[in-house]
Amino acid sequence: MESVIDIRGLSLAFERDGHRTLVLDSLDLSIARGAFIGIVGASGVGKSTLLRVLIGLAKASAGEVTLSMHSGKRQPLALVFQDARLLPWRRVVDNVSFGLEGGGLSRAERRAKALDALGIVGLVDLADRWPHQLSGGQRQRVALARALAVEPEVLLMDEPFSALDAITREGLQDELVRIWRLTGKTILFVTHDIEEAIYLADRVVVLAGAPGRLAADHRIDTPRPRTRSTEASADVVASVRRHLGAEKLIDGAAI
Amino acid sequence: MTDLIASAPARATGSGAASGAKLPAAGLAAAGLLVFLVAWEVVPRLGLFNPLMLPGPSAIPAAFWSELKSGAWGSAVGSSLGHYTIGLALGALLGVVFGVATGMSRLAEEATAWIVRVLRPIPGLAWVPFAIIWFGVNRTAAVFIIAIGVFWIVFFAAHGAVRSVERDLIEVADAFGFRRWHERLLKILLPAALPGILVGLRTALGQAWMAVVAAEIFGVPGLGQRMMQASSLLATELVVVYMLTMAALYGLLDSAFVALQNWLLRWKA
Ligand SMILES: Nc1ncnc2c1ncn2[C@@H]1O[C@H](COP(=O)(O)OP(=O)(O)OP(=O)(O)O)[C@@H](O)[C@H]1O
Ligand SMILES: [Mg+2]
Repeated sequence: MESVIDIRGLSLAFERDGHRTLVLDSLDLSIARGAFIGIVGASGVGKSTLLRVLIGLAKASAGEVTLSMHSGKRQPLALVFQDARLLPWRRVVDNVSFGLEGGGLSRAERRAKALDALGIVGLVDLADRWPHQLSGGQRQRVALARALAVEPEVLLMDEPFSALDAITREGLQDELVRIWRLTGKTILFVTHDIEEAIYLADRVVVLAGAPGRLAADHRIDTPRPRTRSTEASADVVASVRRHLGAEKLIDGAAI
Repeated sequence: MTDLIASAPARATGSGAASGAKLPAAGLAAAGLLVFLVAWEVVPRLGLFNPLMLPGPSAIPAAFWSELKSGAWGSAVGSSLGHYTIGLALGALLGVVFGVATGMSRLAEEATAWIVRVLRPIPGLAWVPFAIIWFGVNRTAAVFIIAIGVFWIVFFAAHGAVRSVERDLIEVADAFGFRRWHERLLKILLPAALPGILVGLRTALGQAWMAVVAAEIFGVPGLGQRMMQASSLLATELVVVYMLTMAALYGLLDSAFVALQNWLLRWKA
């Protein structure tokens, strides 16, 4: 299958006080167009860094990333940051329409698209609030709407649902799957939550170690619509846990 | 349950005491002002002070009225506000432009570092001799003096505000493909730096007012010049009229600015 993102030998090191810390080490990853990829890994392993490289906020030290985009968009990728990063001087709706500016749409058209995106995350009623008047979870949903509004070919999501309550999270997960099936976007979804990755994605990749390497790559074939029970994929969960080095910890906690 | 019942009346009396405290505060301030005015009136009358040296407040309204009727007050105020506004606008505009430019570009900052270091410590009023040589004693000279004082304040405010804009916010623009300098400037840097720039502008507002009076004392037409004329004629009640005029105009301008500032920054928590 044709790949939309092709990562070859990607390494990234941070220079700090003369020290070089390798964060990502020779990563190879090919992402098929339209895939839903879950990326899991321990804190600090380099998940956010990987997304930052893909969207051009960080530069690889070695290796290359090839993007093959179809649309002639100025920015065919969109990133939902791990922290919401709303612009405090813009009302919610103007935050959501941020990425649409300079794209030849009229103000009214931008607003309409922004309201649509806010509808998806269930926050139309808060369109005219200032960001400081939102809760943490609401801010995160506005950030998701901001990324959806630009209708990107590739959606990069950095733990977008980690600040939400279970009900809202499950609702948004299903909504995200619906949008994905409807639009055929490629989604890279970073999460700490193995069950979430397995529920959402067709393919779960595990980053592990310091520096971060690709430790495992699982296909999730469970047919959709899926149930939240992980029974069907118990072996995958176990394998991912093992690669995360979390097995002991979890067994320990269970006792 | 008992806690809830007990705390409700406690809160009520608490807020009652708070609103009760407000009234005496206002009353106290009024009483203080009254005592001040009475003392000011009585001191010259008791012969403790030559009334010619310090007119009592009762002499002020009449002096103000005749000055107003003659049109001298209006033209002095108009003239002062004229060069105040032009000097302020010019200094603020240049200050924002250069402050933002040096805040955005290391190159611009380094290229101007020494010029800034040499020129900045020169007090605004030290430019008076050159202002007079270059422009004569006229409005242009006053505008020049005012603009220089305003420029430095706004320049440093804008520079600092732009430099301290969070990288995180700039990354949002980058992530959405707004990577050209003017996109960054308009979408992130200016709005994010606005609070800091406004603080500088407010300081400049007061600074410029002092520069107005200083320039006019050297003879540029306006409040300061009229005040000096009155003083040379020993018309001290007129001097007081103009002093109060300056205070009132500044108070008005500052309140208007604060209202504008609050509106512009209504997005702040
Ligand atoms: N600007 C930076 N300079 C130096 N080190 C950095 C910088 N940014 C990140 N790092 C380091 O790189 C590593 C990877 O960071 P990254 O944010 O990608 O982790 P992550 O996998 O997203 O973790 P989390 O799950 O906690 O969000 C961390 O060890 C972090 O300390
Ligand atoms: Mg992260």
